[in-house]
Amino acid sequence: MNRWLTWAVAGLILPVIQPALGQSGDLNLPRTVVAGTALSIPVAGSGQAVLYIAGPSQVIRREVMPGQPLSIAAEELNNAGHYVVALVTQSSTQVGQFDVVPSTQPASLSFLARPSRLPVGLQNSISGAVYVFDVFHNLITTPTAVSFQLSVPAGATQSRTVETRDGAAWTEMDSTPKEGNAKFVAQAGSISTTRVIQEVPGDPCGLKMSAHQVGDKVQLATDPLQDCSGNPVADGTIVTFTESWNGSQTSVDVPLKHGIAEAQVPAHDGANISVATGVVMGNEIHWESRE
Amino acid sequence: MMRGLPLAFLLIAATVALIVIGTLYPVPAAAAYAGRTGASLLHASSTPEEAVNNLAVDLAHSEWQRAYSSLSNKGEFTEQDFLRDLRGSYPSLRTYATLDTFEVRPLHAGDDEAQVHLILHWSTVVGTFTDTRNLQVLRNGDRWAVAWPLVKEPHVPPQVIPVTYLRWDVIYRGPGDDWGAQDVEAPHVRIVDMHPVERAVGVVVLGELLNEDVIPAYVSVKATLVAKNGSAIATESSFDKISHLLLPKQVTPFRITFPGASLSEVDSIRMDPTSSLISASADPVIEIQNQQLAPAPDASLTGQLVNQSGQIVNIAHVLGTFYDKTGQLVWVGDEYIDRALLPQTPVPFDMPIPQDLARNVSTERAVVATYSPGGFQ
Repeated sequence: MNRWLTWAVAGLILPVIQPALGQSGDLNLPRTVVAGTALSIPVAGSGQAVLYIAGPSQVIRREVMPGQPLSIAAEELNNAGHYVVALVTQSSTQVGQFDVVPSTQPASLSFLARPSRLPVGLQNSISGAVYVFDVFHNLITTPTAVSFQLSVPAGATQSRTVETRDGAAWTEMDSTPKEGNAKFVAQAGSISTTRVIQEVPGDPCGLKMSAHQVGDKVQLATDPLQDCSGNPVADGTIVTFTESWNGSQTSVDVPLKHGIAEAQVPAHDGANISVATGVVMGNEIHWESRE
Repeated sequence: MMRGLPLAFLLIAATVALIVIGTLYPVPAAAAYAGRTGASLLHASSTPEEAVNNLAVDLAHSEWQRAYSSLSNKGEFTEQDFLRDLRGSYPSLRTYATLDTFEVRPLHAGDDEAQVHLILHWSTVVGTFTDTRNLQVLRNGDRWAVAWPLVKEPHVPPQVIPVTYLRWDVIYRGPGDDWGAQDVEAPHVRIVDMHPVERAVGVVVLGELLNEDVIPAYVSVKATLVAKNGSAIATESSFDKISHLLLPKQVTPFRITFPGASLSEVDSIRMDPTSSLISASADPVIEIQNQQLAPAPDASLTGQLVNQSGQIVNIAHVLGTFYDKTGQLVWVGDEYIDRALLPQTPVPFDMPIPQDLARNVSTERAVVATYSPGGFQ
């Protein structure tokens, strides 16, 4: 709403300012003003005058007394961008322009970390991008040092420092070999933001099962499942047991519980029993009754 | 011009005659399908076929009481037992099915007793299923009555079955979170196998999808046929020919049909698997016992489903992946189970395999998708 109002007002005063740019004198203004700092504009001449300041998302109108400087308070010019100033009197129009630039002091960071969950041990698989803002939420476009740190509770910390370019800094990190919730911290000055990256076990490695008879059934159980880095595979992972015997097949998909998958299949002498999870195959057992 | 007039009159007269005959003497199954009221279709049960036909018409019109009353052996079970046999004791596909068509085939007829084959084609939202009964029909005076072969569904006694399966819940990003704040990553899935085949119906894309993540995924697969000039010929999805819920490291087959398309027009196929987060439980676990490939003719995959959990599964959907000797995907079939799966109670299934492909099938892999009230909760 405010933005529409600003543009509407700017639309009304710009026709006044634009012709004025070609006539009368220029105002004595600084080229740049840091957002959030006060500004004093000297006003010369005589009689009543009106000063207009039009900038992004903001228009200021003041009646001024010539001969006295006009003060713009620190909290009035917050939005970074290009501003046009016009001092309109009964006899003349003076114009000027200045830029409001962001403060160089970071006040907040927008930190995009992707992905939020990934397998362990992948190179350059975690990306972090930071946008640095000042206290008025202006993007700080001057180069600013941003440090990135990725750490897991039981592992080495990866650190990198990157300078922002046009307000943004980005980096890539490796996922660690150890599973767990990694803290991904971006810091600029005294401001830091943290994201959590869930590093999860990779594909199971060395899937192995054992079998023993329970009544007329064969009790199958896997060894505790781990990935190739030694991390326990997540509970709930589906393990498929398949028994082939005499041209028929029995299969069951069971979820891993406490690291182990267990199932019972009918006991048939001469049956071949295999185990798999996802696209990973495990060992095969040729079942012969121990009786 | 003049010579055509007698032919036109002949055709009109024949059409009118056929309409009159069809109206006065309709085929019972067709009349039932057309929604004609039962009373006008019922004939005196003066033959075994008429008795069975009358029973089927009553079933088609949900006239359960009249159907039960017409049975010769109704003293052996109650009307509720009869209803449970037809509609299921627990909510299942049968509960919501309507009788679409039926076939009556006499097998043997004596003076006082006859055998008749009754094939009931029930219609459901996921297609039709067939219920076949061999009926004994007995003579009682000048009328015949059907002795219904009641199939008693197993009953699970009231009990509490403790289960300790995992459950996953999802908390999404809230409206108050900054735009840069993380959301929960969608599950990572991957197509591990894909094979297009040309069938009479059109192009069929077969494949397998793996959930390579550590959380459950709700999955679907879309495919686009791309012509040689780069334009899209058609886009279709797997719809229900897939197991939509994939637990970690689980693999589902999928089948996507492009009616009327021809492989000769296709340059490439663009596959688009999608996955989203879903709250889910690792329960129930379904064992698929005694899977056997029956050769052609009537090639099929048969077996039994055993619900190893305590939860009653209302609708089970068996998906079969068929491979040739080299491990190449040959076909993906499916079969809905019309009865609920009760704990530890085997339920048979019979999944047809296209006859022309059956001779190439060497191995198979079956998975079961289950549905119960409350979705995937």
